[in-house]
Amino acid sequence: MFRPSTRHNLPSSSSNPSLEVKVNKRQSGIGATAGPSARYPYRLNFYETPPTLDITLEEFETFAIARLRVLSQIEALSHRSLPYAQLQGAITNYTKTHLNLSSNTARNVNLDEERRKDEIGHWVLRLSFCRSPDLRARFVRSEVSLFKNRFETDDVNERSSFLKSLEFDWQVVDENEKTRYERELKLCMWEKKDDAFRNESWFKVPWYTVPDLVGSRKVFVRAGMAYVPQSLQISLVLQTYASRLEKALELTAKNLPRLDEDERLGPVIDHLASSFLSGVASADYQSPDSASAQGVVTAEMVDDVARKHFPPCMRNLYDRLKRDHHLKHFGRLQLGLFLKGIGLPLDEAVVFWRRMYGATMSDDKFNKEYKYNIRHSYGQEGKRTNYPPKSCQQILTQNQPGTQDSHGCPFRHFSPDNLSAFLSSTYPQIDKGSMEMRDILDSVKSTHYHVACTRVFELTHGVKKGEGLGGNESVAHPNKWTDRSRELEREVLERIKKKEDSDEMVVDS
Amino acid sequence: MPIPVRDDPMVDYDPSSPQVMNAFYRRLFPYRPFFLWLNQDQIPAKLFTHREFAFTLAGDVYIRYNSFHNSDEFKKELIRLNPSRFEIGPQYSARPRDRKTLAAGALQPQRRELVFDIDMTDYDEIRTCCTDKKICKRCWGYIAAAVKVLDHALRETFGFKHLLWVYSGRRGIHCWISDPSALDLNDDQRKSLVTFLEVIKGGKEQAKKVNVRGSKDDSELHPVLNDALENLKMEFVKLVLHDQDCFATERGWEALLAILPQDRDVIGNLRRDWQSDPTKSSVDKWGDLQHAVGGLKKGNPLLFKKYERAMQDVILQYTYPRIDAEVSKHRNHLLKAPFCVHPGTGRVCVPVNPELVDEFDPDTVPTVGELLSELDRAAAAENGESGSQRRTEEYEQTSLKPYVEMFEKHVAAVLRDSRGIKRAAKQESMDF
Ligand code: SF4
Ligand SMILES: [Zn+2]
Repeated sequence: MFRPSTRHNLPSSSSNPSLEVKVNKRQSGIGATAGPSARYPYRLNFYETPPTLDITLEEFETFAIARLRVLSQIEALSHRSLPYAQLQGAITNYTKTHLNLSSNTARNVNLDEERRKDEIGHWVLRLSFCRSPDLRARFVRSEVSLFKNRFETDDVNERSSFLKSLEFDWQVVDENEKTRYERELKLCMWEKKDDAFRNESWFKVPWYTVPDLVGSRKVFVRAGMAYVPQSLQISLVLQTYASRLEKALELTAKNLPRLDEDERLGPVIDHLASSFLSGVASADYQSPDSASAQGVVTAEMVDDVARKHFPPCMRNLYDRLKRDHHLKHFGRLQLGLFLKGIGLPLDEAVVFWRRMYGATMSDDKFNKEYKYNIRHSYGQEGKRTNYPPKSCQQILTQNQPGTQDSHGCPFRHFSPDNLSAFLSSTYPQIDKGSMEMRDILDSVKSTHYHVACTRVFELTHGVKKGEGLGGNESVAHPNKWTDRSRELEREVLERIKKKEDSDEMVVDS
Repeated sequence: MPIPVRDDPMVDYDPSSPQVMNAFYRRLFPYRPFFLWLNQDQIPAKLFTHREFAFTLAGDVYIRYNSFHNSDEFKKELIRLNPSRFEIGPQYSARPRDRKTLAAGALQPQRRELVFDIDMTDYDEIRTCCTDKKICKRCWGYIAAAVKVLDHALRETFGFKHLLWVYSGRRGIHCWISDPSALDLNDDQRKSLVTFLEVIKGGKEQAKKVNVRGSKDDSELHPVLNDALENLKMEFVKLVLHDQDCFATERGWEALLAILPQDRDVIGNLRRDWQSDPTKSSVDKWGDLQHAVGGLKKGNPLLFKKYERAMQDVILQYTYPRIDAEVSKHRNHLLKAPFCVHPGTGRVCVPVNPELVDEFDPDTVPTVGELLSELDRAAAAENGESGSQRRTEEYEQTSLKPYVEMFEKHVAAVLRDSRGIKRAAKQESMDF
């Protein structure tokens, strides 16, 4: 199913690094042995040589997503202007759960497995983030923060052997020069005692390679050279990492069009960058305790809920599935995650999908190929990522549907004719030639898909124009549509019930 | 087409008249050195062809993203559009004029001179001779002091060689640095350099604008600032105490007291003293302060240190360059080109020699009107002499000449270096 793709046209040397992806169906990682291997001697990594490991598509995606979450979280945190220690603490914690790296002294950990995951994730993201200067810059910034966090939390000995392995060619300031600039160098030191000065040593680098140290006046600068004390070398390391990564990304960007990737990899790579842009970590759909507030949805109930509470995109997918007993990959993904979001538990999901496929598929085939994917989307297989339901933004921009696909957003991906036919046949409240329909099509024409969708919600729920999902909120997530729709229904039911109760009371008294 | 020359050659030309500007662009603007300065090569390179020019036309019409294939095309368009002023941006990743046909995000700023902008506006609170848009030789002293400090720091500290200082036409000065290493700086690097150099920070509401001693405000000055301080001590006495007499008025001396450590005895005594003798000069008041602080040395060495540092900060606050940081931080910031005419004053934005910046007098900078009159007179004189040859460049007959020559000398040095670098690169690629 997944053709391995090798790139013979690119030498994979460090001067022209490219990730050679060979995808296979292997599902487990490499053998579990304790202690660092030759491939990953250190916890820290500059990612200079691309991995040429066999990867399953599964790993390709989950490793990348794990790292993506971390980077996205780092970016979000850094916008919050937290105190330094708090920021680092938050990064450390988040990384520990999503992309942990243990040091060489750690016991009972498969170091290679961790480091391999870390490395592959990095290289896959390079492919998706190399495409625009803006993406590159954001990627580098987050990667550098991640590296910095790991550098600072690293084991001291391990860190120094890692640094030695990088063989930097920093110019060491000799004794002569040190004496010549004694006054100036001392002025830049925290500890101004004489032996502190005697014991310290300095590197000399072009000032623009350590902009942060220059900006904060932490170093002496003369004739374009910054004098960086040993104690501040982390800046040098980070800067080197950043500039090497920048260059490598530019190179990747130039070579990317020539890569003949496995056709499955392309969409994944596209998807990664755009989920970063729409903020994977922050815009995750948090189901408002679906299970408790709205109750569990069972396979049986889906049909009813769909008729009453599905937004157009899901309604379309569901109707298709009912008609064809089949959906293509991204359609399954879009609908499946949505259903998870409305409270369809895993075992019910298996039942639901099995039923929907019906006689068109043998049990054997279903169990082998589909069940795994369903379990996977519930975080029960592979790397156990609990994928969140897709937001409108993601549906609108990712994995543009091909001619045979039914996923996507009807407002964006249907022709105007098809859209109005679909809306009028699905929602009796909207007439084909009505003012409202014209309104909706106008919004679509000016690419305001959310506005159009929100209008449909208002019309089908008897909500005042402009009220949206309540408090003028417009539709930004299919699950929010459904949540609100069910909430409105509950409110109506409660009102009726109250009224009945009081009617009864009147009768009683 | 002859410009409408009037009979009287001494007549004033109005810089806001389109004809006057047109004559300036046709006859006086130094296209050749200007092109070479931006391009750093004889043959049009990306530094020129991918460079953004922005024009301000009559009626405040502003057109951005112009670019030109070569100097001739630039000249033609300049004459055609006849802008009241124009600005220079960065070299982009593609030709800015093709912007509309490019993919989104394909037009990225790449290289750009490192630029600085110092404007008198930022000195209004500490100058006593002029207000508002006015400027005179006396308050120019602040700009001169700033130029000296900045020029020194940029050369000695950062190692730049090719600095072009340009009078902004009214009350400020710009600096353009053309070293290849300056052109290559990205925005982060520019930002860090500016943050390093920027000392005066904070708006109207912040009395003490110099905060360069760490979070506890008690560390020593960075060696580069220390250097600057040594040079500025003289300027402070000459400019702030003698010439501007900044602490003469109550408002003036209260501003000084407000930025010192608030020890009740020291401040209280000084205030009483100065209020009782309002004619006391700034020099004397500074003397009083020094005396009072000197008296602390024995009894209260900690407070003494504190005041000593604060007095250094006062000197910096009154004399250290006040730069418009935003201008320098981003490659895509546009800055008015040298040899533009200031639409308000009619003065040409001429280069300034930083070594002679003290002698520079903004009032003596030629205006476009004067230059055109000079041309008229030269033409009249030549008409008398039959058969005299027409000179190649008309500016040579005007007082613009020394400025263009200064510019040409600067450009020659830039070109020499850039050629050297190109040769080295070529050598290297051949070795490879
Ligand atoms: S706007 Fe969002 S909720 Fe509405 S149909 Fe499109 S994707 Fe679905
Ligand atoms: Zn003045």
